[in-house]
Amino acid sequence: MIEKALKGGRGYWAWIALLLTCIGIGVSAYARQLTLGLGVTGMGRDISWGVYIAQFTFLVGVAASAVMVVLPYYLHNQKAFSKMVIVGEFLAVSAALMCMLFILADMGRPDRVVNVLRYPSPHSMVFWDVMVLNGYLLLNLIGGWAALGAERRSVPTAPWVRPLVFLSIPWAFSIHTVTAFLFAGLPGRHLWLTAVLAPRFLASAFAAGTAILILLSFILRKVARFDVGQEARNKLSVLAAYAGIANFFFLGTEFFTAFYSNVPAHKHSLQYLYFGLEGHAPLVPFMWFSLVVGILSVAMLVIPSLRHRNGTLAAACSGLVLSIWIDKGVGLVIGGFVPTPLEAVVDYLPTLNELSVTLGIWAIGLLVLTVLLKSVVAVRAQA
Amino acid sequence: MNQQRRDFLRKAGLGAIAGLGAAAGMFPLFALEKTDLSGFSEKPMPGKVRWGMLIDTRKCREGCTECIARCHHDHNVPDFGKTKNEVKWIWKSGYEEAFPTASRQFQQPEVKERKVLTLCNHCAEAPCTRACPTEATFRRWDGIVSMDYHRCIGCRFCMAACPYGSRSFNWQDPRPAVKELTTAYPTRERGVVEKCNFCAERLVKGQLPACVDSCPERALLFGDLNDPNSGLRRALDENETMQRKPELGTLPSLFYII
Repeated sequence: MIEKALKGGRGYWAWIALLLTCIGIGVSAYARQLTLGLGVTGMGRDISWGVYIAQFTFLVGVAASAVMVVLPYYLHNQKAFSKMVIVGEFLAVSAALMCMLFILADMGRPDRVVNVLRYPSPHSMVFWDVMVLNGYLLLNLIGGWAALGAERRSVPTAPWVRPLVFLSIPWAFSIHTVTAFLFAGLPGRHLWLTAVLAPRFLASAFAAGTAILILLSFILRKVARFDVGQEARNKLSVLAAYAGIANFFFLGTEFFTAFYSNVPAHKHSLQYLYFGLEGHAPLVPFMWFSLVVGILSVAMLVIPSLRHRNGTLAAACSGLVLSIWIDKGVGLVIGGFVPTPLEAVVDYLPTLNELSVTLGIWAIGLLVLTVLLKSVVAVRAQA
Repeated sequence: MNQQRRDFLRKAGLGAIAGLGAAAGMFPLFALEKTDLSGFSEKPMPGKVRWGMLIDTRKCREGCTECIARCHHDHNVPDFGKTKNEVKWIWKSGYEEAFPTASRQFQQPEVKERKVLTLCNHCAEAPCTRACPTEATFRRWDGIVSMDYHRCIGCRFCMAACPYGSRSFNWQDPRPAVKELTTAYPTRERGVVEKCNFCAERLVKGQLPACVDSCPERALLFGDLNDPNSGLRRALDENETMQRKPELGTLPSLFYII
């Protein structure tokens, strides 16, 4: 079926060429990083994770959000999602792939990556994360691909696919829970050392992930005349609205606990992110932008008349994705390192090299997603 | 001799050498270079020893950096001259930075301005070894939190996990930045994490850690925390001491007299 991705119009090939160019930029930047070391990034002794781990965290959420269509379709027989399910599964595949690439890009010795399997360490959350991410990618790839293959031959999906899809449902929750545990189990990093981190991760994932699915459905309708249906979009927009509310509620509880208890260590990271600490406030405008745009977007999704209009729905979804990307893909990871264990306030600024690698990985993910969805569109058009 | 036969002989020869090497590792009798057990002052028993240190910050002289220079020299620690890519094993921190949760209002100005030595705490409940996905950092039988530079994948989880900022990553090739190379300890490659190893390479020879040995004020006391009669334990009995961030439950093996 993959051969179907080799046929396309001028617009399609222009998009592929653009992605390949971005991948080229990313690969050459990564080659530089491999030769000179991670010193070419903005990371350092004090802020030892940056854009890469932040993108990884955001994208695990995007991958997990496939469950928002898989669960209602398979467990609650919501037929409205019949066309959307495979889009969700393939989005999960590409997002999980990007997660792994971001982890690889962040490693000082990527040549030793198999050490994680050679010396399995169940006490380390990374070990579990590698396990669940790989498993999740495979579950979605196999499930989606098998369903699509059956559809092409106009036969029912093989019976062994269903258990795999059912397994992928709790698995989706596990990948983001384990990702939260990567952070939430570290003593002395107070922004992360909170039991609400895993629920908050899930809420923000389901908000941003479903919003991305809605946006994807608009793009597919426009460029490929492939419509998943208005009803699917309506149902997803309700899910995004409630997940968005849960996300901002959890963020609010973090603020309450830190500032009402008045424990300095609990306040510091939030102060750094939202108000500035000891004169350092590089992220303050971004965090407030994220907060305001996010709350406005959720409000737009909650109001039925706005949610049902395509223009406002797309705007609200874009706003929500952008808001959560800033909150999770920038603030959460970097804010967790400030102040440092020795109470220093250090700023982090990604370098061009680092951003090029990031661009390249996003382009690889989008290329994989494009190829997978192109196959879907071609099979459906033929049917 | 035909090519096949020559190949066989070469491979068989290599196999024999490899076998000898493996045997030397498994059976100490075959080892070409034997471990000198007399190098241990007291024969260490697994699970019996827990190395620890007491730092008397009152004796530590202001402006003196003997221990830092000696440690960083003896372990080929690079000096890049800037903080971003910095690698350090032992350094001086302000009192309030080293003990942020012990700072109090109206602290004596002399204490508040005092610099204290900070290094790896060799925690009994080390968060770094728990976070490491490859056992590249691990707690030895003698309580030392050690690093395997050949296994480390450079994920820097241990750095995020360490609440003391004791770990450094090689953001770039460290070798050109080593001022004066020593052969007593290996250099590292870029891409791996490193930190204080409590001078395991000196302990095995029956010598005290370089920082303890080099301190002109004798401000550092090294010993076995599990031996109630060790000089270290007696000093802990006699003095009011502090540990860094005790509320985190890491059980540091480093103690401070303020």
